[in-house]
Amino acid sequence: MCRSVDVRTAVLAKNDSLAAQLRTELAERRVTAVNLLSSPGSGKTALLELVLRRARERAVAVAALTADLATENDARRLARSGAPVKQVLTGGLCHLESAQLRGLIDGWLPEPTRLLFVENVGNLVCPASYDLGETLRVTLMSVTEGEDKPLKYPTAFGGAHLVVLTKTDLADAVGFDDSAFTTAVQRVNPGVEILPTSARDGRGVDILLDRVLAVADGAAPHTPLLAADHLRHHGHDHAPAHHHGDARADGHEHGATHAPGHAHGRSTRPASA
Amino acid sequence: MHELSIAAAVVESAEGVAREHGSDAVAGVTLRIGELAGVVPDALRFSFSLVAEGTALHSAELVIEEVPARARCGGCDARFAVGSPPALWCPHCDTAAAELLSGRELELAEVRMAGSP
Repeated sequence: MCRSVDVRTAVLAKNDSLAAQLRTELAERRVTAVNLLSSPGSGKTALLELVLRRARERAVAVAALTADLATENDARRLARSGAPVKQVLTGGLCHLESAQLRGLIDGWLPEPTRLLFVENVGNLVCPASYDLGETLRVTLMSVTEGEDKPLKYPTAFGGAHLVVLTKTDLADAVGFDDSAFTTAVQRVNPGVEILPTSARDGRGVDILLDRVLAVADGAAPHTPLLAADHLRHHGHDHAPAHHHGDARADGHEHGATHAPGHAHGRSTRPASA
Repeated sequence: MHELSIAAAVVESAEGVAREHGSDAVAGVTLRIGELAGVVPDALRFSFSLVAEGTALHSAELVIEEVPARARCGGCDARFAVGSPPALWCPHCDTAAAELLSGRELELAEVRMAGSP
């Protein structure tokens, strides 16, 4: 004989509530965390090194955490920018979780830090499920990776506040189809901005920094449809108000009651899909 | 392969529920997994069998309910299946969706406890 209990609990509730708490605490310290997601080899370390360098030139207090399964190579590269950098070795784990980020920040994050960049483990699947407590989630992809990648990894691209295209200096050489890429991104994340960058010639570096600074100054980032519900429950505006202590997924009333007016730049959809 | 971490979270959570209800054995759990949750049910089943070993869930049956992704159009208000690969644009009027109605679930829905008769 069995007794059944209807629990309706989000499986990752613990991570979600830790992330919401961390987001609140970081906001109180006036730190904006940026979670960078991409495949291995997409060039996020090279781009981040330039962003950190530009930030320092512009007198913005930045710091970075870089996660890898092994080696401290990326931290060494990023440290050349002069910014405080910490390497996180996940020991084989495929993603970062909020509790890890909290442990890394405690006792390390220099005062004052305005922007904290977190380079997640190179992986477009697993990190997409874990809120770290970031204010801005950026998904990156290089022009060598195939224009349909956003369709193959919809949770990574669909949950991004900003999509960054890297290595655009190689676009012609590899015959990158910009319009097919835009179509794929907009299909899973209507209205999201795609920012072209190149660590080779510095394209987009200042704009990326501007976008992050705007959010740090209080501008609302784009709301991805895939993350809208999560952000409603665990995002900035809600985090301090209630404790998610019992980890219950509240309600799920996707009714007609809310109209958050997602400002999707909906006119951007290219013709072919 | 974050399904292993997810399976561990399921076991931890279900053990907590069982404890709350004075039970030390879980007969089964039901999970609801959305089409866009980024979790592969087969990988989760495999991970669950490993993680459940030596816990209150060691002989628990894992039931996975897959939830299709659906969205609401921001133009004509139609409800539509997002499909695979997902398209968050209305198939009727080609307007961007205003809202994802379902498909992101990663939920422990039910815990069944092995109780005395």
